Amino acid sequence: MPEITDKTVEKIARLANLQLAPDESGRFSEQLEKILGYMHKLNQLDTTNVPQTAQARQGRNIWRADVVVPGLEREAVLAEAPDVQDYGFRVPRIIE
Amino acid sequence: MSQDYEIVIGLEVHVELSTASKIFCGCPTTFGAEPNTQVCPVCLGLPGTLPVLNQQVLTFAIRAALACNCQIAQHTKFDRKNYFYPDLPKAYQISQYDMPLAEHGSISIDTTQGEKSIGITRVHLEEDAGKLVHQSQGGQIGTAASSLADYNRTGVPLIEIVSEPDLRSADEAYAYLTALKEILLYTKVSDCNMEEGSLRCDANISVRPRGQEALGTKAELKNMNSFKNIRDAIEYEAKRQIRVLEEGGKVEQETRLWDADKGTSHSMRSKEEAHDYRYFPEPDLPVVYLSEKMIADQQQQLPEMPQARRHRFQKEYGLSEYDAGVCTMSPAMAEYFEDAAKKAVSAKVSAKTVCNWITVELQGKLKADGKEISNSPIASGQMAELTRLIERGKISGKMGKDVFADMYVTGKDPEVIVQEKGLSQISNSDEILKMVAAIIAANPNPVAEYKSGKTQTIGFLVGQVMKASQGQANPKLVNQILRDCLDKNI
Repeated sequence: MPEITDKTVEKIARLANLQLAPDESGRFSEQLEKILGYMHKLNQLDTTNVPQTAQARQGRNIWRADVVVPGLEREAVLAEAPDVQDYGFRVPRIIE
Repeated sequence: MSQDYEIVIGLEVHVELSTASKIFCGCPTTFGAEPNTQVCPVCLGLPGTLPVLNQQVLTFAIRAALACNCQIAQHTKFDRKNYFYPDLPKAYQISQYDMPLAEHGSISIDTTQGEKSIGITRVHLEEDAGKLVHQSQGGQIGTAASSLADYNRTGVPLIEIVSEPDLRSADEAYAYLTALKEILLYTKVSDCNMEEGSLRCDANISVRPRGQEALGTKAELKNMNSFKNIRDAIEYEAKRQIRVLEEGGKVEQETRLWDADKGTSHSMRSKEEAHDYRYFPEPDLPVVYLSEKMIADQQQQLPEMPQARRHRFQKEYGLSEYDAGVCTMSPAMAEYFEDAAKKAVSAKVSAKTVCNWITVELQGKLKADGKEISNSPIASGQMAELTRLIERGKISGKMGKDVFADMYVTGKDPEVIVQEKGLSQISNSDEILKMVAAIIAANPNPVAEYKSGKTQTIGFLVGQVMKASQGQANPKLVNQILRDCLDKNI
C-alpha cells in the first residue's frame, strides 16, 4: 500500500484547487492513510466472480429522447456569476 | 538533411453531433445564439443536478463508428476527466476512458501510391466545453487580463475519433481528414462545419530515422481550424523536429499551438502538473448496454460510402477519378449529380457532359456565391435538360452558357428561356443554305481565294454567315454546307 506523505497531500490539494493551512497537510495525510487502509482491507476480498461496477443499479438503459427543453433565463444565470461582462461570465487571467 | 526521416502522425478528431438537444440535458445546440442563453442547471454544473443521456447521441455515435468499420462495445460507460479550466463549469468533463463506445476500426484513404488503410483506435463520446473570449488584442490568451465564458456550447455532444499513428505525411493527414469528413457527412451525424467548430482536429507528430522501429518523442499540435492549416502545421512541425534532431537536440514532449498568420507554432507553457486527469467512473450515469438490434439498426442506416460511390461513378458513368471525386464530395453533391446523370443518360446524353456542366459552371457559380449545392437555384433535372438541348444541337455551347446564367438567376427551365429569348439555334439546312448562298454572292473575292486553294478563307465566310444569323446558326452545319457549296461549284 502506498504511503501517504505530506507531499502527496499537497499534490492532491493542488489538483483539487485547494489551499491548505500549514498544519493541515499532516492532519489530512493521517486521515487519508486511514481511509486507504480500509480500502486495502476491502481489497483483500476475493471479487473474481463479481462484475465490476461503479453503480448499485445496473442492467437497464436510462436515456432521454432528443427533445429541446427550455433552460434558464439569462438574467437568472448571470445573477450567479461573480463578475459579468457582455453577458459572459468574466473570469480572471487564465495563463499566469 | 544528412539522414532520411520518417514522419509519424496520429490524429484526434472531435466532431459535434447534429442533435437538437445537448448530450445530458434538453438545452438546444443551435450555433451562434446570444451568450449564455442555452444553459440549464445540468450543463452549468449546478449542485444536485443529474445528467441523462440523449438517446440520439448514442444512435449517431454508433452509426459513425460503424461507418469507420469499428467494433461496437457490448456495454460502455462514462468517466469524469478532472481539470480546472474556466470553460468547464463542473471542473470535470464527462468523457469515456477505459470502456469507449467503439474500437478497432479503419478507413481507407486515397494516396499517390494508391489506397491505404488507416487504423481507428477508438471512437468515444464526450461533452463539449464552453467558449472563452479572451480580452486582449487579437484575442490571445497569453496577454488577456480576463476572459468571458459563454456556456452555450457546454454539453453539446461530441464524438472523438482517434486514429492509429498510421499517417506518414501531411498529405496523408489531409487525405484522412477529407475521407473522414465525407464519411461523417454521408452518415448525416454532423454538419462538419469547421468555421462553426463542428469538426476540430489535434495532431500528434513525431519523426524517426527511416528504418527505426521505435517511435520518436511526439508533440501535440492544436489550434488548427482548417484542413489547410493542419497540413501546413504538420509540415512545419516535422521540419522543426528534424532540425532539432539534426542539431543534436532532443524533441520535447509538449503541446504546441499553431499560429496560422505567422505560419509557425509555439510551445504552450507546460503546466507544472502534466496531465493528471484522475479519471474515474461517472457515478451519475449508468452503464449503457448496446444491444445487437441497436447496432443492426444503425448498420442499416448506413448509406453507400463515399469511396464506394466514387468507384461506382467511375464505372457506371465513365467519370474520371478526379470528376468522380468532385461529384462525391458531399452526399448532396452526389445525389444531385446522379439524379442529373440518370435523366441525361435516359435522354441519350453522356453523363460526362452533365458532370462537366455541374462541376465547372454550376460549382463555379455556387462557390463564387458561397452557396452549397443543396441551395442550387437550378434543379438537377434542369441541368440534364440544358445538356440535352446542347447535345441535340438545339442551342450552341456558347448559347448554353447564356441560358445557364439565366437559369441560375431565374430558376426557369432552359427550354422556356430558349423560347423567350428566341435563342434557338438554326439547324434547318434549307435556312442555312439560303444564308450561305447570300454570303457567297456578297463575297466574290474571298470565294475566289478559297477556290484558288487558300482554304483557310472558309473561316472568314463561316464568320459572315454566323454574323448574318445573329449567332443562331449551327456553326457545324454552316461549315459543312458552305464547304459543300464552294466545292460543288468549282
